[in-house]
Amino acid sequence: MRTIRFLLQKEFKQIFRNKIILAMILMVPSVQLTILPLAADYEIKNINIAVVDNDHSPYSQQLVTNITASGYFRLTGLNSSYKEAFELIDRDEADLILEIPSRFERTVLRENEGKLFIAVNAINGVKANLGAAYLASIVRRFNDDLRLELLPSSGMPQQPLIEVASANWFNILMNYRVFMVPGILAILVTMVGGFLTALNIVKEKEVGTIEQINVTPIRKHHFILGKLIPFWVLGNVVFTIGLLISWLIYGIVPVGSLVVLYSFIGVYLLSVLGLGLLISTICETQQQAMFIMFFFMMVFILLGGLFTSTDSMPAWAKLVSELNPVSYLIDVMRMVILKGSGFADITRHLIIVGIFAIVLNTWAVINYKKTS
Amino acid sequence: MQFITFLKKEFAHVLRDRKTLLILFGMPIAQILIFGFALTNEVKNAKIVVIDYAKDVASQKLVTKLEASQYFEIEKTVLGADQIDKSFKEGVIKLALVIPSNFGADLAHQNHAQIQVIADASDPNTANTLTNYISSIVVDYQQELSRSAGISFRIVPETRMLYNPQLLGVYNFVPGVMALVLMLVCVMMTAVSIVREKEMGTMEILLVSPFKPLMVVISKAIPYLLLSLINVAIILLLSVYVLDLPIHGSILLLFVESTLFIITCLTVGIFISVKTASQQVAMLISLMGMMLPTILFSGFMFPIENMPVALQVISNVVPAKWFYIIVKAIMIKGLGFSGIWKETLILSGMTVFLLIVSLRTFKIRLA
Repeated sequence: MRTIRFLLQKEFKQIFRNKIILAMILMVPSVQLTILPLAADYEIKNINIAVVDNDHSPYSQQLVTNITASGYFRLTGLNSSYKEAFELIDRDEADLILEIPSRFERTVLRENEGKLFIAVNAINGVKANLGAAYLASIVRRFNDDLRLELLPSSGMPQQPLIEVASANWFNILMNYRVFMVPGILAILVTMVGGFLTALNIVKEKEVGTIEQINVTPIRKHHFILGKLIPFWVLGNVVFTIGLLISWLIYGIVPVGSLVVLYSFIGVYLLSVLGLGLLISTICETQQQAMFIMFFFMMVFILLGGLFTSTDSMPAWAKLVSELNPVSYLIDVMRMVILKGSGFADITRHLIIVGIFAIVLNTWAVINYKKTS
Repeated sequence: MQFITFLKKEFAHVLRDRKTLLILFGMPIAQILIFGFALTNEVKNAKIVVIDYAKDVASQKLVTKLEASQYFEIEKTVLGADQIDKSFKEGVIKLALVIPSNFGADLAHQNHAQIQVIADASDPNTANTLTNYISSIVVDYQQELSRSAGISFRIVPETRMLYNPQLLGVYNFVPGVMALVLMLVCVMMTAVSIVREKEMGTMEILLVSPFKPLMVVISKAIPYLLLSLINVAIILLLSVYVLDLPIHGSILLLFVESTLFIITCLTVGIFISVKTASQQVAMLISLMGMMLPTILFSGFMFPIENMPVALQVISNVVPAKWFYIIVKAIMIKGLGFSGIWKETLILSGMTVFLLIVSLRTFKIRLA
């Protein structure tokens, strides 16, 4: 016990002595948490549309007015030919093209069916899909209005109508930030813990001070614990700052209990720090440690369900995300903060992350060799 | 002549560290493959529950149509409407569809029926997309019903998806991940390798040599430029032969632009190394400081035009954003130089600016 106390004293002194790193640990997550959620907005608006109106009839003009008035679309070009409009797509100035064929109004009225041509830049498939769907629904409404105007009303709708009444629970305003803030906070806490621990032991190796520790009677698990505890405390501090920022700036107050949140974070940090320490014991230079941690971080972040849902991934990737501690944290953060889930709802997450923590830390202790 | 000697030294440094080398090549390969196959912002196989109080022919037909789409995985467990809240909290389902008991009758007699969709909007993106999917399936169903009715004055939109008719995720993610990986790797490698010499004290030795300080720095960057170009080649081979992503434009142009982008990133690394004194700080800046901003501001995850104006302005200083646009233009749209001269100019400008600033602040004498 006494050994650990001295080790802790040493580690904390080293942390507090390096003012630049300490400032970075506290500032970088705060700044990023303040700014980045604003950037992570998937709600599709401002879709740029180029219109090629070959008809120039009252109908085609009305349709274009309806599109621009909808609020989703921004008219960036009224072109005389499809080729001209296509150049706008090439230059990324338009996302989709609506081509109204000549004699559109006449064919609708005389032949009962008029065609419209829509071409979508589909490099980003989801955006393309949504844009086309919005445009199609505007056309449909235009069509309905038209029919109402042309046909004498008969009280009963002419075509069968199934109304979809939708309700959005937990986030009635569909505020995307409420969803992103807990996720980004999860990533930031992970990065602080993971990077710092990964660099820590390996730095002692590079500088040579590890030899001095190796010749003392400090036990292996004492050494690892001495490294683990300071960063665990630091991780909790960063997490608390993050919660304060999400409350002050984004007005997010956890619906669930803080006890649940902090208990989970406590266990979770142990597992991430364990991974960092393990990497640190494997590598010889800080550069190597950084690269390996970087690899894990990329996989953790991009496959963790922060930006893209894990459900849509192929089976093997889902398996990877089962082994990804970050995906559990992101899940729990969102469940507790947004939906108010309790211990009973997150038991599975807690157990799995606990297992990670035990395995990784034991491994790190075993892997740390006092003799070279 | 001196320069070649220096280059030899740097190459020896890089090639000697086998572990780093292995990671340097292995990582981009693994990442392109992982993300090429796994990343999709489509919503598929979402677990939903259908609470069908009607259980008539019309409602069964609607449910069958939902089942037939790949978007949903319908949970078979029958639960009452009062249990939706609990299921949402456990996170087992994303959406609940409630069909009222008089659904079929209403549809038959009044031509007007209602269904209710309740989405777990703690994830607004998924909630929105799923609701849209359901609406469009319902519209399909409606149209099937009305086809027999013979509707007049129809307007039929015909939609064509350009460049990526199957709406695959790789078209978007391969250029994005390529920009992301190259950027972070290049910045970190140069920053760390220069700061390391400072930390170890060997920089002092290099600086007292008759060799110009500028050349010291450049000879450090060249091995990484070559390594990164090999990486680009590997990534392109993988995306063509494994991920089936075609290259429509000129490969030569793509390599020229990649070289430019790599040089830009290397200068960012040099800039960081000039400003920092320890490896840890350099690494924290180039990873913790840059990873999330690069992911978000390069525009491959979230469309930049959706962001608040201030952030759109910030995104302009992220080199990965411009390279992402360039790669998409060359690989997928098949454009030539005339389509990307603006982006090329911006990257060149950034490089020159950073080089000048770094050189002016580069201290020839240590402490």
